[in-house]
Amino acid sequence: MSYINPVKRAYLALENWFNISFGNDWNPLYHLGTLAFFFFWVIFVSGLYLFIFFDTSLSGAYASVEYMTHEQWYAAGVMRSLHRYASDAVVLTIILHMFREFSLDRYRGFRWFSWITGVPNLWFVVTLGITGYWLVWDELALFVAIKSSQLMDALPFLPASMSRNFLESQINDRFFTLMGFLHLLGQPVFLAFALWIHVKRLSDVSIIAPRGLAIGSFVALLVLSLLAPAVSHEAADLAKTPAVLNIDWFYLNIYPLLDNWSSGEVWVLTIGITVFLMLMPWLPPKKTGPAAEVHLQECNGCEQCAMDCPFDAISVQARTDGARWEHEVVVLEHLCAACGICVGSCHSSNPFRHAREKLVTGIDMPQQPINDIREHVTAAIDSLEGENKIIIFGCDNAIDFAGLKSSNIAVVSYFCAGMIPPTMIEYALKLGADGVFITGCRTGDCYYRHGNRWFDERFAGSRQPILRKRADRRRIHIFRAAETDCKKLRKELAYFEDSLAKLKREAANTGEADHA
Amino acid sequence: MHKFLKIVLQIFNYSLFMGVVWYFSLYPAYHQLDENQAMITFTLGHVGKHVQECRRMTQEELLKLAPNMRKPMDCTRERSPITMELQMDGKVIYNKTAPPLGLFKDQGIDIYQNIKVPAGKHHLLVWINDDIKVKGPTYRLEQDISLKPEQHMIIEFNSSAGKFIIK
Repeated sequence: MSYINPVKRAYLALENWFNISFGNDWNPLYHLGTLAFFFFWVIFVSGLYLFIFFDTSLSGAYASVEYMTHEQWYAAGVMRSLHRYASDAVVLTIILHMFREFSLDRYRGFRWFSWITGVPNLWFVVTLGITGYWLVWDELALFVAIKSSQLMDALPFLPASMSRNFLESQINDRFFTLMGFLHLLGQPVFLAFALWIHVKRLSDVSIIAPRGLAIGSFVALLVLSLLAPAVSHEAADLAKTPAVLNIDWFYLNIYPLLDNWSSGEVWVLTIGITVFLMLMPWLPPKKTGPAAEVHLQECNGCEQCAMDCPFDAISVQARTDGARWEHEVVVLEHLCAACGICVGSCHSSNPFRHAREKLVTGIDMPQQPINDIREHVTAAIDSLEGENKIIIFGCDNAIDFAGLKSSNIAVVSYFCAGMIPPTMIEYALKLGADGVFITGCRTGDCYYRHGNRWFDERFAGSRQPILRKRADRRRIHIFRAAETDCKKLRKELAYFEDSLAKLKREAANTGEADHA
Repeated sequence: MHKFLKIVLQIFNYSLFMGVVWYFSLYPAYHQLDENQAMITFTLGHVGKHVQECRRMTQEELLKLAPNMRKPMDCTRERSPITMELQMDGKVIYNKTAPPLGLFKDQGIDIYQNIKVPAGKHHLLVWINDDIKVKGPTYRLEQDISLKPEQHMIIEFNSSAGKFIIK
């Protein structure tokens, strides 16, 4: 078993815990991005409702929030609590999302763009929350306003002190109009734009959380809102400095630092952390393999690879080689993750073609061409001995399967389960393998996003290229697990061997001498 | 796993998540002041005096200038740094010398400084020096004050009025 660092091991154990109760389809740790979007929707809808009753004036802001909290607790009060707790849940979800990508090493290499465009989103979310706290205009709001101003005063490009605005009656209704505009429109527009950039290099992006998870999260938010409604501190008073404040640590965590540090030092810390996070993909860098190559003579421009590419790295253009097809595909090398899913998508990756000559497919991986894989599979099956000959097609990013090789078990590695052409499974069975055992990342957690999904759809016949009906499904076994699930893998393989032996016995009993 | 047990575990996990959300949205409480403490904010927005005395231009000198340039006083751009000090019961609780801002050192400075102090009765002395040509304070205020716990007292130097104001 290959070495797995303790952080990754601990994280995989946590995911496993959630798999037990939620199952793979609803595991919240597999849906942290969509869950964050769901919380944004809760914030948006509750925010719209709150805005109806919110008074954007110095004298009315606090009173209107108090009215919503106490007089209309059953509607606006609940909405306020939903707004507050969903905002906190967003930050927690984003932190978990970042930790997940880090612990599973999904932030370097071809993923650098998603990582560095994700970091500013945290800034946008936090500043959006901070302006939200200003609007309540209670003691906490005044604290946040003054501390924020002190931070802003340290910036060299501001012409005048912001902090000194809070000395006299210089805060007026216009200030609340400005803050309202920032919180309700300005910052959310920036955030939406930043989120769009964040997912720009992904194809088939889902921003909708699974229904069950969304319902469960909303009910949990609602219960929390009813049990512990969000309330304000006392009204803002310039003549008072409250000794104790219940600050929201998800948003206001840097402010207490100003007690002992200068504003400049706090800026150095926050900017330093931000820059460090943004440089992480290169500390150290992770090399992505060579990009996929198109062989136009074998490409009929069916576009299946472009539809399947999880990173939008394949585009379609008009034919350039004079062939009779209308289109051809082009690989955008700077976007290619070298996952090989396109190879599995290509009809030309059929190993039954050109049996006596070199197999060339429409799109191929130069570091592991389909011809080499066919030769490897052929040689591996030829070398097998014993009763139940099994070939394992293993995903490189899932469980370590190399140690399973034995006299009756051969292993062939793929970059991703989605790289396996369905015809390669038929080919292995036709060549003499009694069974094909396919390993992949945990369901819902494919390293290359869609490999498992495309494989399943091809297997079920709902996505091209399909696994033909005549391929005996009983001799194909799919096993998906985390890298730490070695015991499960051995158990599952033993079970598969038993079932193959049973099949043989049944075939013998029913007079089927040759199951192939 | 049994469906009922799965639901129970889901409820546990949701509760754990929302428990973390709730706790860190309020706790641990931030203690801005200790018990029986008050806050003084010392603030000013002020431009120091010119580092050299301005000189009144003669009629001949003015006539040599274009009409729109004829200002009666000839001053250097550079301003004095501002030194400020706050003493409470004879003890210095804040002291700072702030140089003038700007490439030509011709801009004013803004100060907004929070100082935590014990509540109660105190004797306060506050002064600033905004003129490098003068030794000692150019403006000062000495006063007895009484602070309640959690009180926020603002000591502001009002530049246009040329005096300290305590709020």
